[in-house]
Amino acid sequence: MGLLYGLIAVGLALIFGLMDVTNFAHGEFLMIAMYLSFFLFAFFAIDPLLSAPLVAAALFILGAVVYLLIVRFAMRAKANAGMVQIFSTFGLAIVMRGLAQFFFTPDYRSIPQSWLGGKTVSIAGIFLPEPQLVGALVSILAFAGLYFFIHRTDFGRALEATREDPGAVALVGIDKNRVFAFGWGLGAALVGLAGAIMASFFYIYPDVGASFALIAYVTVALGGFGSVFGAFAGGIIVGLVEATTALVLPPSLKSVGIYAVYLLVVFIRPRGLFGSI
Amino acid sequence: MDKEFAARRRRDLIIAAVLAAIAAATPLFVKDVVVQNILILTLMYAGLSQSWNILSGYCGQISLGHALYFGLGAYTTELLFTKFGVLPWFGMLAGGVVSALIAMGLGYPFFRLRGHYYVIATIVIAEIGLLLFHNWEWAGAAMGITIPIRGDSWLKFQFLRTKLPYFYFALALCCLAWFVTWWLENSKWGFWWRAVKDNPDAAESLGVDVFNSKMGAAAVSAFLVAVGGSFYAQFVSYIDPESVMGFQFSLLMALPAVLGGIGTLWGPVLGAAILIPLTELTRFKFGGSGRGVDLIVYGTLIVLISLALPRGLLSLFSRPKKTGASR
Amino acid sequence: MTALLETRGVWQRFGGLVANSDVSISVGRGEIVGLIGPNGAGKSTLFNLIAGVLPPTQGSILFDGEDVTHMPAAERCQRGVGRTFQVVKSFETMTVIDNVIVGALVRNTVMREARRKAHEVLEFTGLATRAHVLASDLVPAEKRRLEVARALATEPKLLLLDEVLTGLTPTEAQTGVALVRKVRDTGITVLMVEHVMEIVMPLVDRAIVLDLGKVLVEGKPADVVRDPKVISAYLGDRHAVGA
Repeated sequence: MGLLYGLIAVGLALIFGLMDVTNFAHGEFLMIAMYLSFFLFAFFAIDPLLSAPLVAAALFILGAVVYLLIVRFAMRAKANAGMVQIFSTFGLAIVMRGLAQFFFTPDYRSIPQSWLGGKTVSIAGIFLPEPQLVGALVSILAFAGLYFFIHRTDFGRALEATREDPGAVALVGIDKNRVFAFGWGLGAALVGLAGAIMASFFYIYPDVGASFALIAYVTVALGGFGSVFGAFAGGIIVGLVEATTALVLPPSLKSVGIYAVYLLVVFIRPRGLFGSI
Repeated sequence: MDKEFAARRRRDLIIAAVLAAIAAATPLFVKDVVVQNILILTLMYAGLSQSWNILSGYCGQISLGHALYFGLGAYTTELLFTKFGVLPWFGMLAGGVVSALIAMGLGYPFFRLRGHYYVIATIVIAEIGLLLFHNWEWAGAAMGITIPIRGDSWLKFQFLRTKLPYFYFALALCCLAWFVTWWLENSKWGFWWRAVKDNPDAAESLGVDVFNSKMGAAAVSAFLVAVGGSFYAQFVSYIDPESVMGFQFSLLMALPAVLGGIGTLWGPVLGAAILIPLTELTRFKFGGSGRGVDLIVYGTLIVLISLALPRGLLSLFSRPKKTGASR
Repeated sequence: MTALLETRGVWQRFGGLVANSDVSISVGRGEIVGLIGPNGAGKSTLFNLIAGVLPPTQGSILFDGEDVTHMPAAERCQRGVGRTFQVVKSFETMTVIDNVIVGALVRNTVMREARRKAHEVLEFTGLATRAHVLASDLVPAEKRRLEVARALATEPKLLLLDEVLTGLTPTEAQTGVALVRKVRDTGITVLMVEHVMEIVMPLVDRAIVLDLGKVLVEGKPADVVRDPKVISAYLGDRHAVGA
């Protein structure tokens, strides 16, 4: 579970940390991804696991479009830039929830039978639910890929440089909007991946994103803004804390543990565990 | 000296008095209960947003966790009333004091945090509060508290047959929050807050006690919001954790100020006057079908306004300075 | 008569980097003292130690006969230390007069008094016509002057000026020099950090030259500019010093 949080969070970390933009619609990206994979299953009987790349690609486009249509302008605001980002993306989240209700109805949906759903694997005598296991594997691969991408490729460096100094980057011929649109697309695609995997073992409904969004924020902040590795570590910590809290406290209080750990960490290290900004 | 400034202060006060008088007279013409309901909520959110604006707008410490103080006000009042028979009027004060103290207690660790880390901490703490109340058996847990109805009474501040007392209380709350803001705006605190928001280092060098400025703003803000929470509890006469401490309250307190003009005297009132009726009307017109059209309309407006007018609607009214900025 | 400001054996280290080593200087009442030196000499660090941004690693700072080594900046302001910032830090969303009122509130708790004081200071600094303009709309030279005005409104005994004359046009610099003299004539002691010697030398009563974190030379401006150690420090020929 922690790895999945990590995957949701790392997409957010990319947007939030590397580009220093607040995205309050992140949970809604997740919701859209889950619906996409649901419908691909319902109409074309494509298993969520197979459709995951498709969903990720669709979300990539969504992310890039959202950047170009909304966020680009929010970042240009001359006054109260922070608030403009918060509320324009929050407004977007409401619209997306409304659209989901309009087109998909508020009903709870789930994918009844997928390759992964409900099965367990036994490893060394411990039974693990299969979807979570696959989720964990995909997450680790995605992390490794992203880490490589950010630190080893020209694009990754361009992204970082663009955040640091958009003006200077423009001088060497990099188009800021293209870089950021790509970054948003990538962030959304990662959420898409997470959504596709989660679709096989979570109920899908218009408000589903909200319940994960806050945890994703906490995960990113826990790891520290601007650090992909931090978001990964944050995800694992959040997963572990949640599991531990569930042992000692009633299930409805399991998030309290996560929140308490966040507060504790930032009081001691105000920039998160591995944060640079 | 500075006659222009004194005149502007006086003008604000007169406009406020006129608006309050007009508002006070509306129930004479508006008899429709649904509309009265919308007016009450509008006034309440105007007051809440005005209070939120003190900490987040003037002092620049953006809080998205004010639902905590709203809920604490509601719970303190109703727990004192249902468990100990304390009248809501005293409960209201108690709720305000409890919230102000908690806001200051949280200030010690919170005000060391910066930027996103601080904002997330405010959301998280309200969420913790929500979950704790969800699991607190004595306080009704998820079931909440139903306020026993014993007929219309000013003493117990509950009315079945008419909404008018609630209306006037909401108006009074809104006026109080506005007046406090007006008064503090031209006080040492008001200047300190704005200085802290703009540049804490420079403020420090000019003898401003940065930390205590934030604490003062947090206490005033939390107190007023808690009074609003107490009022809301009496008004709806049933509370549960979600309905008084949910994240939506944090947003509904912030939105009017942001849309109207954050850190301004008139922003929250203007924002609430437009936003709340709009919220209720879209819900009334398009909602109910459960098809989310209200959300689409509402969300689109928020996106458009925040992108088009980053300084809020109020910036439409402000004239360029006559001494002339070069740009 | 004791000095208004005195630093005794002040050290400041940042990790392995020594920014100030064993700096002892004093500033007498009513003086204009220039703190100069090449880039990286430790001027800004010393300035920040005196203003109270951070405490020194070692040593002590005395102001007006009182040990203020560990006193936070806001309290030092109340004791009578006013400062400007090298990179201007105006309250951008506030008007010029409101910026100055923040400073004036240190000594005037009644708003009316603070406002009157602020107008006085704007008159004194020549910003009166810009009183109701937003600080963000000022031109750079005016922002510098606003910094000085804000600090003056706190009615300091000692005014710390951090490169207020740097980067101005010759005419603007002339106005600035005149303003500093006017400030001193009201009885306020001035300690100013400047990088460029030509600007400050005609203005100051005494110059202290820092180099590599240490006091290199101090004395009358005319003597200082002729000192071979100073010349070589500025030319970067460190071998010639031999110290």
